[in-house]
Amino acid sequence: MHVVVVTKSTPDTAAKVTVDGSGNVTWKEAMVINPWDEYSVTEAVLLKEAHNIKTTVLTVGEEAHNEAVKQGLAIGCDQGIRVWDSTLANADSLQYSRAVAAAVQKLGDVDLVIFGKEQADTGTDQHVYQVGRKLGWNVIGSVFKIQEIDFAGKTIKVVRLVEQGKQVVAGKLPAVISVVKDINEPKYPSFMGIRKASKAEIPVWDGAALGVDFGLPGVKVSAYQNPPERAGKVQMIDGDSADEKARKLVEKLFEDKVL
Amino acid sequence: MTSVFVWLEHFDGVLVQPSREALGAAGTLGGKITGLVFGKNVDAVVKAAFHAGADEIIKVDDETLETFRFEPYVALLTKIVKDNTPDIVLAGHTTRGREIMGGAAADLDKGLLADCTELSLEGGRLKAVHPVYSGKVLSTIEIVSDGTQFATLRGRAFTPNEPDASRSGNVISASPVLAESDIASKVESFEASVGKVSLSDAAIIVSGGRGVGGPEGFAPIRELAEVLGAAVGASRATVDAGWIPYEHQVGQTGKVVSPDLYIAAGISGAIQHQAGMRTSKTIVAINKDADAPIFGLATYGIVGDLFELLPALTKVFKEKLGK
Ligand SMILES: Cc1cc2nc3c(=O)[nH]c(=O)nc-3n(C[C@H](O)[C@H](O)[C@H](O)COP(=O)(O)OP(=O)(O)OC[C@H]3O[C@@H](n4cnc5c(N)ncnc54)[C@H](O)[C@@H]3O)c2cc1C
Ligand SMILES: Nc1ncnc2c1ncn2[C@@H]1O[C@H](COP(=O)(O)O)[C@@H](O)[C@H]1O
Repeated sequence: MHVVVVTKSTPDTAAKVTVDGSGNVTWKEAMVINPWDEYSVTEAVLLKEAHNIKTTVLTVGEEAHNEAVKQGLAIGCDQGIRVWDSTLANADSLQYSRAVAAAVQKLGDVDLVIFGKEQADTGTDQHVYQVGRKLGWNVIGSVFKIQEIDFAGKTIKVVRLVEQGKQVVAGKLPAVISVVKDINEPKYPSFMGIRKASKAEIPVWDGAALGVDFGLPGVKVSAYQNPPERAGKVQMIDGDSADEKARKLVEKLFEDKVL
Repeated sequence: MTSVFVWLEHFDGVLVQPSREALGAAGTLGGKITGLVFGKNVDAVVKAAFHAGADEIIKVDDETLETFRFEPYVALLTKIVKDNTPDIVLAGHTTRGREIMGGAAADLDKGLLADCTELSLEGGRLKAVHPVYSGKVLSTIEIVSDGTQFATLRGRAFTPNEPDASRSGNVISASPVLAESDIASKVESFEASVGKVSLSDAAIIVSGGRGVGGPEGFAPIRELAEVLGAAVGASRATVDAGWIPYEHQVGQTGKVVSPDLYIAAGISGAIQHQAGMRTSKTIVAINKDADAPIFGLATYGIVGDLFELLPALTKVFKEKLGK
């Protein structure tokens, strides 16, 4: 019985990210675990505590992504793995999904793969579904709560969020799920946890180790640009009373044809 | 002629707004537009899809497709694309749109441009703009695989067609791929969310932040939203405090929205909140603190107490809108 959580590092959410003169994306701030993955990694550890299962935290990427793996180890995941070789340098979600599926298959005894809902940096909300298809497993996305999970009986029941409300979905294991914020209260590493994680070996599996070719991408990024500045400066609305300010604002909004 | 397939999402018998936008976007690419309608008793949706711009519909009407489920829907889209080899497949970047499109693109090993805010066709290849790093950077992305090209479109980034009730066309019926016994999941129940207007589709959003002071502080937000037919948004601080459910959260770890009008009351405007609303057309900020960062982004700002300003706004809008 084995749960794999897939994660990566992203620039700190408050980072000032810009495109420099050569068209490269740059920032100075540190990398942190993808904010959505605080929930997925915590959910894996909560499952481990409740069900006596093995947990693996997996990333695909360069060494910087070990930050996210270490956070998983520091809060209680059993082992970390990084998948990487140079053929993944400009990988798109198809190539990543082949890599994650191959790693999950190599681990062998996996019942559940957990993702965060999306990447806060270059996210497309695609990896989850593509990994599911590459594994041939069912996918339940945007999970807000795991209501029941029975590793022996191979069933899971969850609440998931869709635009119009919440659905209760029952399914079979093995499965791939993605989890949203508020599924749990994220766990943060303790000092001891950080020490343990910093000593852990994180093996790197390349295409040869996995016995697969990550294949060709379907998409490439051809350019990065800074977005246009918002037009104009703020217009402050003054007045002697709340009523007067409200009238002035509403007038402006009608003039601008916003309403 | 370019053939563009559009996967059409519907809920409660109604074609959803992002699907209308996808039909509008399909129209800008030129060529023939085939709408794909999967479900049970979908004739009203088929009709609406013609009115919204489809030239032809492939309809799959079956018990197993009554509510969206990943496996039967993905398998079906994959099969239809394989059999018909359209040049392009579009859908809204909604919860279900991401799932079915990502799944089918993976099955077929084709490129998918996800979460596009602009889309063009150059020399037969799709090219798109996709905001990254929470909208701090824009990326230009292109399909490099051969054959069918997939793209999902961000809500409110593309203009739907004016519905034209005189339009109709050919309806082709097809069969599902999976039988019930092949499907590993069941939707057991559904609970509709409270707000009437979905945040992602809303033309107007009224949002509250920590400045509302507590759960009951959302009352003046809701009253203004009601008068404007707006959706109710919230900052993460209020969601984390348990004042309002997560579904209302706008921002980096909530929803990304792009309404015509975003009214932020008692929200300081942290970078992570801005990530979710910076592309709103007009932004109104109401805050006690004249130095709040939200004023740096706003079109109009009012310094003052939201508990006085919101009721005053509600009153003036009521008069103006004749309610
Ligand atoms: C990884 C990460 C992800 C995050 N994701 C999100 C996200 O998705 N969405 C999000 O919103 N935040 C997010 N945040 C949190 C964000 O950093 C801020 O903490 C949060 O947005 C602050 O919410 P606020 O503006 O409601 O509260 P505050 O910053 O406390 O601001 C309250 C404002 O209300 C004003 N005010 C008080 N009383 C009144 C009154 N009576 N009338 C008028 N104004 C009043 C104050 O002047 C102040 O400006 C994230 C943070 C991190 C680290
Ligand atoms: N290279 C990667 N390695 C590990 N996890 C990833 C990688 N890319 C995306 N993910 C995870 O996949 C989920 C969805 O990402 P995305 O589909 O890009 O929005 C998030 O939990 C990400 O952390």
